[in-house]
Amino acid sequence: MALQHNPQGAAGGIGLSPRAASPEPAAAVALGGLDITFHLDGGNRYQAVTGIDLAVSPGEFVSVVGPTGCGKSTLLNAAAGLLTPSAGTVTIFGKPLSGLNRRAGYLFQADALMPWKTALDNVKVALEPMGVPDAEADRRAREWLARVGLRAFVDRYPHMLSGGQRKRVALAQVLIRDPEILLMDEPFGPLDAQTRQIMGNLLLDLWSRDKKALIFVTHDLEEAIALSDRVVVMSAGPAAGIVADYRVSLPRPRDIAEIRLEKAFHEIHRDIWASLRVEVQKAYAMGDGRELVEGAAS
Amino acid sequence: MKRAKLLFLQAMVMVVFLLIWHVVTAYPIMGEVKTIQFFFSTPAAVIGRTWNQLTGTEIYWHIGITLTETVLAFVIGSAAGIFFGFAFARQQLLAAVFDPYIKAANALPRVVLAPIFALWFGLGIWSKVALGFTLVFFIVFFNVYQGVREVSPTVLANARMLGMNERQLFRHVYWPSALTWMFSSLHTSVGFALIGAVVGEYLGSSAGLGYKIQEAESVFDVTGVFSGMVILMIFVIAIDSVVTMVEKRLLVWRPGQSSTTV
Repeated sequence: MALQHNPQGAAGGIGLSPRAASPEPAAAVALGGLDITFHLDGGNRYQAVTGIDLAVSPGEFVSVVGPTGCGKSTLLNAAAGLLTPSAGTVTIFGKPLSGLNRRAGYLFQADALMPWKTALDNVKVALEPMGVPDAEADRRAREWLARVGLRAFVDRYPHMLSGGQRKRVALAQVLIRDPEILLMDEPFGPLDAQTRQIMGNLLLDLWSRDKKALIFVTHDLEEAIALSDRVVVMSAGPAAGIVADYRVSLPRPRDIAEIRLEKAFHEIHRDIWASLRVEVQKAYAMGDGRELVEGAAS
Repeated sequence: MKRAKLLFLQAMVMVVFLLIWHVVTAYPIMGEVKTIQFFFSTPAAVIGRTWNQLTGTEIYWHIGITLTETVLAFVIGSAAGIFFGFAFARQQLLAAVFDPYIKAANALPRVVLAPIFALWFGLGIWSKVALGFTLVFFIVFFNVYQGVREVSPTVLANARMLGMNERQLFRHVYWPSALTWMFSSLHTSVGFALIGAVVGEYLGSSAGLGYKIQEAESVFDVTGVFSGMVILMIFVIAIDSVVTMVEKRLLVWRPGQSSTTV
């Protein structure tokens, strides 16, 4: 069990795989000294995150956990180019990011499907900006919907689908474009426990086919460990930073329900929870922690 | 069974209403029958007149005029409302500058414009179309404006992350969202187009359902007034059911739209 624990600060989290091929490949996503401050109405400023250094290699599955409101989503939005950092750099495959991140796909926490389009059209429309001809787009969209288990639901509108089914459509919509980087913001947050497990396994299955760099934000530590190669712990906000970076060397392929029963899983969980708990308590002390990080029981 | 009972009760309301009307106007309860009939006519006379008109041909020409005015007011008003709604929603400066003037213009009761429009556009259909336009425009304008402004930020961010350019965002996100809001006010805006047409006709014209009612009124033909109103009612209900059908077709994707309201 190779547990790697980088204490807060300096190199906190530049975690290239030790087995990386010799000419060190550029990280898929590299955040350097990232600092994001929001200017609120009335001249107030809120420093969401500060001094974030995080590098994600191609093919790496990295989860980001932290107390509620610590700026996990902010981090993801900076990597997506949806917001511009106040200071620091965002580098995508060695190139500084300007504007939207065209090489990334983003799976949102909230429903992001176009409610006026059927499941099929929602997936199809993702190919339109790439100039894929209609017939071809139709075929590929049906293929992807079948892959996420929705072959029989292609003509349904989002409101006719369950929460889990909508997430599957959203997943197909993101993956059909074959982005090199995947950004996921608590994508399974609103789903019930069983559906989360099914979706987690589906995600692992799809990801393992052509491993992409994946940043997965979650507040569920168990989910983070079960899915990822690395788990990054963020401190309580405001001015949140990365406090710890753990490598999860559980064997793949994994079944995220079964892996939770293994001894190695518990050891990792205990270690990460030790550093996460401090931050969660801090968040509570500030009257900020509306919701405890899940998995606190163990 | 339940539905039959409901229909029966609904029909009973009409029967009772007509019966009271008939009794009051046929027997000297409230005073002399002739006087009462002058003011209230009788149900038999109104039904008879309505039947005669509907089986004749002249009334359809009037209905056609009113329908033309309504459709023109609705189409032109909607087109202008959509255009300006989009422009203002996407150009915040424009919206900020014109905001007080739009509010002021919308605050004006539109009926007072009817004489001015009659002066400008004559007594033909265009003065009625203009009146309907001023009513429809603001409803559609405010709804489209709102629709564009209130596009879910997540849906928008998602569409942008999918690589859509401005044109594609317009087509797949802004346009459908604005149309949703517009369709949700479809009944209101069609209704207002019709009000514009009828009120305009009533105040000065030579054709249309409003004119028919006004004409009957000017010779104290109460039967003609009531029969004109009945025909107008039938006409409005017909238009409204067409709108409901269109709405159902266009908003299939909306939750709760599939269930019918009987």
